[in-house]
Amino acid sequence: MAKQDSKSDLAGLLSADRERVVDQWIDSVVGSLKGRISKAEVDRELRELYAALVEALVAGGEDARGDHLSETRALLTELSRNRARQGFTPSETAISVLALKRAFEPALRDGSAEDTDRYLRLSRILDDLALFTIETYTRTREEIISSQATQLMELSTPVVKLWDGVIAVPLVGTLDSARTQVVMEKLLQALVDTGSEQAIIDITGVPAVDTQVAQHLLKTIVAARLMGAECTVSGIRPQIAQTIVALGIEFGDIVTKATLADALQLALKKSGIDLVAHQGGGR
Amino acid sequence: MNVPWAAGQVPRTQGIAQNDDVVRARQQVRGHAQQCKLSLVDQTKFITAASELARNTLVYGGGGEMRSGLVERDGRRGVAAVFEDSGPGIPDIELALTDGWTSGGGLGLGLSGARRLVDEFFLDTEAGRGTTVSIVKWSR
Ligand SMILES: Nc1ncnc2c1ncn2[C@@H]1O[C@H](COP(=O)(O)OP(=O)(O)OP(=O)(O)O)[C@@H](O)[C@H]1O
Ligand SMILES: [Mg+2]
Repeated sequence: MAKQDSKSDLAGLLSADRERVVDQWIDSVVGSLKGRISKAEVDRELRELYAALVEALVAGGEDARGDHLSETRALLTELSRNRARQGFTPSETAISVLALKRAFEPALRDGSAEDTDRYLRLSRILDDLALFTIETYTRTREEIISSQATQLMELSTPVVKLWDGVIAVPLVGTLDSARTQVVMEKLLQALVDTGSEQAIIDITGVPAVDTQVAQHLLKTIVAARLMGAECTVSGIRPQIAQTIVALGIEFGDIVTKATLADALQLALKKSGIDLVAHQGGGR
Repeated sequence: MNVPWAAGQVPRTQGIAQNDDVVRARQQVRGHAQQCKLSLVDQTKFITAASELARNTLVYGGGGEMRSGLVERDGRRGVAAVFEDSGPGIPDIELALTDGWTSGGGLGLGLSGARRLVDEFFLDTEAGRGTTVSIVKWSR
């Protein structure tokens, strides 16, 4: 069979009985998405896709990665990205392509050997396109996850004002280098913004302090000092204290306190504020 | 040295090629340390040692991998991790194990500190060939 024929051949398969095929395709995709996307939307998506596919098959060969399918792939990229963002599964995304194969099956039952051959060739292209949607889907999910990680990093490092002139950062979770950097920059900025002279770094929620975390801590404390502020480290739990000692890290003249409350009391005292319990206050 | 992996246990491998992998290595080791019921202090020590060695593998070894899992010897159970890279190797082991010595901008406490944090520490390195560090902590 000449190559020219085979091209028009597949386009022919898609064009014959077009309305029925497209309608059935749309119905089965709408069904698989269980009403989470409106039928009108799916209708628009799939008709556009179908038109692009027919055009591509008229224009070029059957290589699913070929240039003539770039419009089709662009539409599929958009579809996959939307599905990924809306929380659909990879299967629910790929089915949008694969369901088209099913729409051709009825015609296959009483078709000729040639029809079967055409169906199989179309099948191969659709399989490749379905894989393409999964790839795009996965890439989009990865982008979403990494942007969430960045947001979390910012979110989970609040600098709070405890008192006039006293700020604190409670560190929670695993500290990697990037996160420690963010925390420390935020702390220094907050010192400037609030005009505070006392900062408390509370590490109660940190599971491990290694040399890198310690180095970031030490650098921040030195930088804070250069800005005229004093830092206290609080919440060093017993297992962390023992590990720091075994590692050989020296905190030198850095003030440490067992709890955030102790650190606050010290910071207030240094700011010239005395906490006095009233008589009859129940203490 | 041959790490005495516990019978029927296949150590898990974690590639170390980027910063996130150091966190992943630490999490994998945490799982094993909990599985063999180390005390909280010993868990923290072992995880911190692993964190140091994973970062050295990345920074100085140019990346590599970690294998970790449970170990067994004479009826004792413990946890082990092996860090391997095919980087430049360490030309002077004694110097590298000196507290405070660093060829980079670190505190120079990672390698020597890690040795103090574990029960067994083996350093196998050859200039131009790479570095393998194995550590074991036994459950008490
Ligand atoms: N896997 C390795 N390959 C090559 N050289 C290494 C490797 N591990 C450590 N070294 C060398 O040994 C030195 C000491 O390592 P060590 O971990 O004690 O200190 P550091 O990494 O420089 O600082 P830190 O205290 O932050 O860990 C390093 O500066 C480096 O020159
Ligand atoms: Mg180091």
